Parts: sequence; structure tokens; C-alpha cells
Amino acid sequence: MSAWRVPVALLAVALAYPLVFRTNFAINFGVLVLFFAVIGQAWNIAGGFAGQLSFGHAVFFGTGAYCSTILHVKLGINPWLGLWASAAAGALVGAFIAALSFRFGLKGSYFALITLAFAEAFRILTNAVEFTGGGLGLLIPLKRSAANFQFPERIGFYYTILALAALSIAIALWLKRSRFGARLAAIRENEDAARALGIDTFREKVKIMALSGALCAAGGTFYAQYFLYIDPVVVFGADKSVEMLLVSMIGGTGTVYGPLIGAFLLTLVGEGTRALTNAQGLSLIIYGGLLIVIIAFLPNGLIDLFKLRWGRRRA
Amino acid sequence: MLEVEGLSKIYGGLRAVDRASLRVAEGAIAGLIGPNGAGKTTLFAAITGFALPDEGRVRFAGVDITGRAPHRICAQGMVRTFQITQPFAQLSVRENIMVGAYLHTPDRDEAAARAEAVARQVGMAALLDRTAAGLTVAGRKRLELARALATRPKLLLLDEVMAGLNPSEIDEIIPVIRGIRDAGVTVFLIEHVMRAVMSLAENVHVLSYGKIIAEGAPRVLAADPVVIEAYLGHGAAQRLAGAAHA
Repeated sequence: MSAWRVPVALLAVALAYPLVFRTNFAINFGVLVLFFAVIGQAWNIAGGFAGQLSFGHAVFFGTGAYCSTILHVKLGINPWLGLWASAAAGALVGAFIAALSFRFGLKGSYFALITLAFAEAFRILTNAVEFTGGGLGLLIPLKRSAANFQFPERIGFYYTILALAALSIAIALWLKRSRFGARLAAIRENEDAARALGIDTFREKVKIMALSGALCAAGGTFYAQYFLYIDPVVVFGADKSVEMLLVSMIGGTGTVYGPLIGAFLLTLVGEGTRALTNAQGLSLIIYGGLLIVIIAFLPNGLIDLFKLRWGRRRA
Repeated sequence: MLEVEGLSKIYGGLRAVDRASLRVAEGAIAGLIGPNGAGKTTLFAAITGFALPDEGRVRFAGVDITGRAPHRICAQGMVRTFQITQPFAQLSVRENIMVGAYLHTPDRDEAAARAEAVARQVGMAALLDRTAAGLTVAGRKRLELARALATRPKLLLLDEVMAGLNPSEIDEIIPVIRGIRDAGVTVFLIEHVMRAVMSLAENVHVLSYGKIIAEGAPRVLAADPVVIEAYLGHGAAQRLAGAAHA
């Protein structure tokens, strides 16, 4: 029972938040935290749980953003349906990249580089061809209605991304307790030993990359619908990949709540500096400083602060 | 149970394993000995699918498993341990063993129960909640054993589980291995600790320069001139015999 206390309490707080803090700024803040938590968790289930460090998760994010947007803008397909198509496309791209890389035994930094290469290739391709809108990107025509995944009120977006965030945390909780998750941890810790104990490491790694890709792509669709504009640099750029792994690393890789904590801090710094000053790039300086402090004192991420408190209470 | 026929593993110009043939009978404790670099671990790797053999056949429980992937061989009931221990370092002992137990059940509670039972069997029940990284060498060796056992093998290949242990730790682990066999698991072990080989194995194969040069009961082999020469060099058997007469 006690295992459910933390997620239930978090969910209750998250559900109540926009009812208490009703300003656009506050709700936008909540949306961004949850959005980064979703894509950070997508990275984390592959990079943290299974140890498959990707440096190009933007490839899934962009795939999702473009998939639903092209379906919507060019073919008139409802973005709610597009969300599912995006997740499927993300899973396919994830499985494809994984199958290709792992078939040839790529690991560690080589795998990171191949994911980066794929993200860059996708960015350049979308930039080059006609039906993606090329370098100009795609504008989603404004038609505010919930049925159109364009909520008239921000709070609709908030609850949508909350549902995705809850799903992402549910996936992480499930991985912590399931056979699949145990196998991923075994692969992360020692792949040869995992094989010796009967684990089909290739299949498990392809599965987690597909799941990670699907979740990340769903985040991409949300992004497109929230901002109503995407272009190759924004959704396939290395910045997005870095954001995802930063969120996860600052909070704590391989943990259930690490990405949520990281997303909160990152959004706080980003939105806080933007609200208080108009100094360009100040938030980047603060990010850099924070990163150094965290790497120096909390190499496992901010989640260690919480663990320390629990440990002390138990002792 | 295990039949190896003419198995070779070639690295460049080196025949690390050279047309090795051997049999391990069901219910036995069989040994594989040989000087350092003889190819024992490579032979294990070629049997368990970690290295693709260049020649020869491996039959396990009547099925040809030559060149199958390690995870498939494990699922069929043959599992190996590693000479250089390969723990899942950041996981607890319990979680380590559960990975093995999950082979036959998707259920977490069942896997945990199996892990506890196996931990008792190898004498590490008190260490279940320890992180694997914090174990001593002896603890890591036992963990290798426990994880492999948790997969419910029919045949267990142990690669030097006693290397690096002190004499009293060796005395503790010998009955554990005998107990595993008595519980119905066939055991095939590589071992340098001759005391352990003598007391455990009924039948021993000797590997030298990749070739099986002798086979038999350990006591007989210890007096075999071919085996003595493999370990001590050409003419050693004769010199030893001369020294004994003098």
C-alpha cells in the first residue's frame, strides 16, 4: 500500500494545481514541467533503466511532431488520431534504429553517436523535402476546440499533458516491478551476464527503444499542438535531445521521479529568469552553474536529496 | 547429457580449442582441468554459445545446439558462470538472483521466493539485501552460482568458482556444489584447486594446448605421465619418477 502513497499524492497535487493557481503564467509553467517530465522520462526508460544512452532522442520527438502535424495539415486527420499515429511512428523508428544498431553490436558511445546521426539526418531530410514544409516548417491553422486538440483554455492542455506524464510515470513504476524492467536493469549492469541467464538482450533492447520512441513521439505531438508551429531545427535539433537527457540527469537517471524533479528545476530556471529579467541567455548561465554543482555534489541527481531524507528518517 | 564432438575454436592462426571431444553423463560432477591458457574457458564459451565454434558439434540432452545463442541455450537448461565474476553491480543480491529466476516465471513474487530459496541453498541468505558491488570475492562467486541456479538448469558449467577463495571458503563451497548435484543438477566444472577437483569430480578431462589429452578418475590422472608433463613440462614425469626412486 505504501508504495502507492507517493504517486497518488503527486497526482492529487497535480490535479489540484491549476484550480488553485489559475493565471496563464502558472498553468503554462505546469504544462512545461509536465511536458519536460514526459520527454525526460521517455529518454530515461531507455537511457536510465536499460542503460542505452541516446544522444539523439529528438529523432523520436520530431517524428511524432511531424507525423501528426502532416496528417492534420495535409490530410485533415484529427490530431487526437494523429497522436496515436505518432506514437506508432515513434515506436517504429525506435525499433528500427535499435535493431540496426544492436544487430551490429553498437554500444555505449557508439550507440549515442548513431542516435545523434539519425536525429541530424531526419532534421536535414525534413529541411530538404517539400511535404514537410522544408525549412519554413509547418503552421497548424488556428481552430480552437477541444475536439481539435486545440483547447480554448490552457487548462485543457494542462490536463492532457498531465495524463501523458501520469502514463510515463506509470510505465516507470511498472518497469521497477516487472520482469521486463528487471531484465533491462540486468542488461544495463552487465550484458554478458544477462545473456548467460537466458535474456534475449537484442529483443529486450529493441522493445525498450520502441516504447521510449512511442512516448517521446507522443510528447512531440503535444508540443506541435501546444505551440501550433514546428520546424526541423526546433523538433529534430540537438537542443531537444540535450534537454531530454539533462532533465533526466539533473533529476536522477534510472529513477522513477528523477525526470519530474529535473523538469521542475529546468522549467523553474528557464521561466523564472525570463519573468524576472530580460537578460538574454541568463538562464543558460544558470543551467551551466547548476549542472556543475549537481555533478559535483549529487552525481546521482537531485533525487538523492530526497533519498537522504528518507534514509535519515528510517535510521 | 552433454556431448562435444571435435569442437574447434580458431582465433587467427591459433587453435584455442582443437578438435576437443568429451562427454558429461547425467547426474555427474565432471571436471575440466589443464594448465593456464589451455583453452578451458574458450571451450566453455564455445559450448554455451558465447563463442561460435569453427568446427564440431555440441549436443545437449540429445539436441544439437551448436552455435545457438547463449540465451536459447540457457532456456534449454544449460547455464554457465564466469571466471571473472560479472555481477549486476548496482542491484541487490536478491535482484541479481531474481534475474535468473525470471527465466521461468513472469511473476515477481514467485521470482523473489525462488531467489530466497536459492540464496539459502548457496549460503547467502543473510546477504540478500546487500548491493552486489559490496560483496567480497567469495560472495561474488556464490552470487554467480546462485544466479545460474535460479534459472533451474539441468547442467551447470562452473568456470573456476573457487579461484581466489581462501582454504576455509573452499571448504565451505565444496559441500554446496555437491548439494547442487544431489538436488539433480549435472555439474561440469573448470577448476585449478586440485583439492576440490579430487574431492568433487568423478571424471575429469584434461585440456592442453586446446586438445583433450587425457580423461579419467582424478586420482588416476594425477599419476598419468602425460598429464604431469602438460603441467610441468617435457620430461617432468620421468624426473619425478627418478626422484622418487632415489
